[in-house]
Amino acid sequence: MAEASTAPAPAVRPAKHRSSRPDSLRLLFNNKLATAGLLVFALIVVTALLAPVLPLPDPDVTAPADRLMRPLSEGHLLGTDALGRDILSRLVWGSRVSLAVGVSATLIAAFFGSLIGLVAGYAGGRVDTLLMRGIDMVMAFPYILLALAIVAVLGPGLLNALYAIAVVNIPFFARNIRGIALGLSRREFVDAARLSGKSHAQILFIEVLPNVLPVIIITMSTTVGWMILETAGLSFLGLGAQPPQADLGSMLGDGRKILFTAPHVSIIPGVMIFILVMSINLLGDGVRDVLDPRLKSGALTRPVARTAVERRQVPEGATPAPGAVLDVQGLRTEFHIGSQVFRAVGGVDMRIGKGECLGIVGESGSGKSVAAMSIMGLVPTPPGRITGGVALFDGEDLFSVSDERVRQLRGLAVSHVFQDPLSTLHPLFTVGEQLVEAIEAHQPLSRSQAREKAAELLSLVRIPNPVERLKAYPHELSGGMRQRVCIAMALAGEARVIIADEPTTALDVTVQAQVLSLLDTLRKERNAGILFITHDFGVVSAICDRVAVMYAGQFVETGETGEILRAPAHPYTAKLIDCVPVLGEPDRRLDAIEGRPPVVNDLPVGCAFAARCPRAEDDCRAGPIALTEFAPGRQVRCIHPLIGETQNV
Amino acid sequence: MSAYIAKRLLAAIPVLFGLTVIVFLIMAMIPGDPATAILGSYATPENVEKLNRDLGLDKSLLQQYLIWIANLFQGDLGRSYTLNRPVLDEVLERFSATLILAGTALVLCSILGLIAGVVSAVRQFSWVDKTITLVVLVGISIPSFWLGLLLILVFAVNLRWFPASGMYAIYGGGGPLDLLHHLFLPALTLAVVATGVIARLTRTAMLEVLRQDYIRTARAKGVTENRVIYRHAFKAALVTVIPVIGIQAGFVLGGAVYIETVFQWPGIGSMLVKAISTRDLLLVQGGVLVVASAYVLFNLAADVLQTVLDPRLR
Repeated sequence: MAEASTAPAPAVRPAKHRSSRPDSLRLLFNNKLATAGLLVFALIVVTALLAPVLPLPDPDVTAPADRLMRPLSEGHLLGTDALGRDILSRLVWGSRVSLAVGVSATLIAAFFGSLIGLVAGYAGGRVDTLLMRGIDMVMAFPYILLALAIVAVLGPGLLNALYAIAVVNIPFFARNIRGIALGLSRREFVDAARLSGKSHAQILFIEVLPNVLPVIIITMSTTVGWMILETAGLSFLGLGAQPPQADLGSMLGDGRKILFTAPHVSIIPGVMIFILVMSINLLGDGVRDVLDPRLKSGALTRPVARTAVERRQVPEGATPAPGAVLDVQGLRTEFHIGSQVFRAVGGVDMRIGKGECLGIVGESGSGKSVAAMSIMGLVPTPPGRITGGVALFDGEDLFSVSDERVRQLRGLAVSHVFQDPLSTLHPLFTVGEQLVEAIEAHQPLSRSQAREKAAELLSLVRIPNPVERLKAYPHELSGGMRQRVCIAMALAGEARVIIADEPTTALDVTVQAQVLSLLDTLRKERNAGILFITHDFGVVSAICDRVAVMYAGQFVETGETGEILRAPAHPYTAKLIDCVPVLGEPDRRLDAIEGRPPVVNDLPVGCAFAARCPRAEDDCRAGPIALTEFAPGRQVRCIHPLIGETQNV
Repeated sequence: MSAYIAKRLLAAIPVLFGLTVIVFLIMAMIPGDPATAILGSYATPENVEKLNRDLGLDKSLLQQYLIWIANLFQGDLGRSYTLNRPVLDEVLERFSATLILAGTALVLCSILGLIAGVVSAVRQFSWVDKTITLVVLVGISIPSFWLGLLLILVFAVNLRWFPASGMYAIYGGGGPLDLLHHLFLPALTLAVVATGVIARLTRTAMLEVLRQDYIRTARAKGVTENRVIYRHAFKAALVTVIPVIGIQAGFVLGGAVYIETVFQWPGIGSMLVKAISTRDLLLVQGGVLVVASAYVLFNLAADVLQTVLDPRLR
């Protein structure tokens, strides 16, 4: 596996690495909703804590004369309840109780759940099985029902409700923490601690616990809102707080009896519960996003149907070269991530005639896949966008036609075969369904006609028993068979150009050879052009008429395959050719190319390869180097090439 | 396929047995004299002695369990002393009402949640997405019992569109239309939280799926964008959402306790609340057992449905 790159975004990673721990709080505050949640929650907590010193009437003093006063009454901002008690005061004191119960239940659940999870994950084996079976059993009960059963046994009361809610939440902690602990206990630092003679308890609490703490905090912040809600619910049902003690739930429950005559008595505590839980949930989402960026909902962006085209200037009057079916000129594709711009493709010309095969060769991240995917707008946007050039198919610029026209041309004019046939075929549809869909996208055929054609396509790519195979799902086929299916799909619309993006990289060598010869035969039979992307000069020599070598988003050498193989002009090309092992020459040195390609958001002014090039001199780094024709049909972007003479101005 | 379903059914049997053990153990945890606790403090000595004999409290815990489970297999869950009728009869009668309510809520939250999640993902970052995200957040933070009260105030008391309580009208009711009329508000209230959870998950699942290679393949074939989203992406997202819908069945069945109390729906939830306050523990036991078993079956159905959609699981 020399290369695994269909990855369209060349360097999405570096941007993410920036979020390091000390910034956690700042990140939390960057999240406006989470900050709002934190402020509201803090306000409620402070008010509840200060209840004894606030100038509030006694929440339990009844005043039958003042019963059921409306909000904004004299002396009672939120009115009074059925016994004439001040609702504002009861609300503050009730929030105090609800918060205390919710937080206590969370702490109890977190403590026991984490303990079970830690022990199960760390011990593994039978202990793990036993503990987790028990947890599964508890989870087999509908959440609130188990709490009810526990309250039924212990008898109604706030403390019992607290226990019940804590118990039913233990599984959430146990499960989450067990998963992490299981992974951690297989890691080297735990082995090291074990070898150094530390006891299991020491390892568990000194080595493992600190690493699962973020998960415990995430689980707490996402369940505490629930627990407050559920204890309020039990009190509402009369199974929690018993008079004269009151929490928000029991206030709501009391108010319910007079809902029709004095709705404010039940509405107000409900609003309070809602605000409290909402603020906690906002805060909890924020905490989760900061501690576990993978889960962050905003991190997932959906690629739209077609790559955005934002060309700085639209080239006018571009004419296709004679004889070319597809003529791409000056293509530029960029990725915009945050404030950074990655120039994945920096001005590339590709020309494919009838039945001709053009190979693009380069390392991972050289931009070859992005260049090819740009043609039919398959580079994901965001973050990709096409910022320059034209792609002329039969004289029609693919970058300026409508989305619908591009859709029609996909598969009909230009079709694709991708690298890994397991991930590129839909796992939930049969091969037949997927083929029929490719056929029907362009031809109005009846279902049975389409199925017949699908079977024909399968036999065209030399799949035995095609009619039977139509009913197979992709996972039921071998890798080579799957890739044949993909090729059959690419042939469904009679496309005149096939873009094959590393079609053989994921396959083993014998299958590789079969797939290559199949593609070669098909292009001769159907006279279709092929744009063949690969990192392997060995594959290039098997199928390509012409080759373009790509480096850091630009072509550095182009020409006839045979000539380039015989006498490469660019040092990079020579190095790539040296990487191909030759059968029967075991002693030949396989030179890996030292160093790494430059990152395309920070390209050097001069030759991008200079840093790794043995022939590099000062003038290489001085300024941009043009792609120059040094012999008929051969171009090189080098001022000190291995052969030929170039005059650089 | 049917072999798989049979296998899943068999696998559900130990879980159901586990449920009976837990339910039995919880009841064995009752502090003090169980017979008195079960019969209440006004029980006559003869009744206490008879119950002690019926429950076999002089025997070991294992023997007690075996006797209890043997009775269970004969459909004998004991007698409710407050209602003076067999627990099983009462529980099954109540459970059918709960099933109507919870089943409707489950269908409602699945449909609404899936639609909201897909729309939210397809129009990511638009005002529609932001509105849905906010509504979902409100939905999962709102106390459902309070929301029920608000809906009663607005739609039953003020607007008089829907009845405030019960399952059928007291006079002249009884038809399916009457049932729907009474069902609307409680089912909607019950569905709110689960809708939020499903919508959130569907959105994430859709966004995740739309980045997959096979979606690019579908686009490369020239399939229309609508088909890409509603056929290719939605089916794949559904496979991850269905187990969560199964779990939501548990929250809906549990949440029915509040909603049935608020809307005076004659289901098992309101029965349980009453039974707990009157300490009718055999009734509680029977009710919990039946609802928990139903939950196991809901999850089983979700499992089977997932397998039907995903051939890799077969």
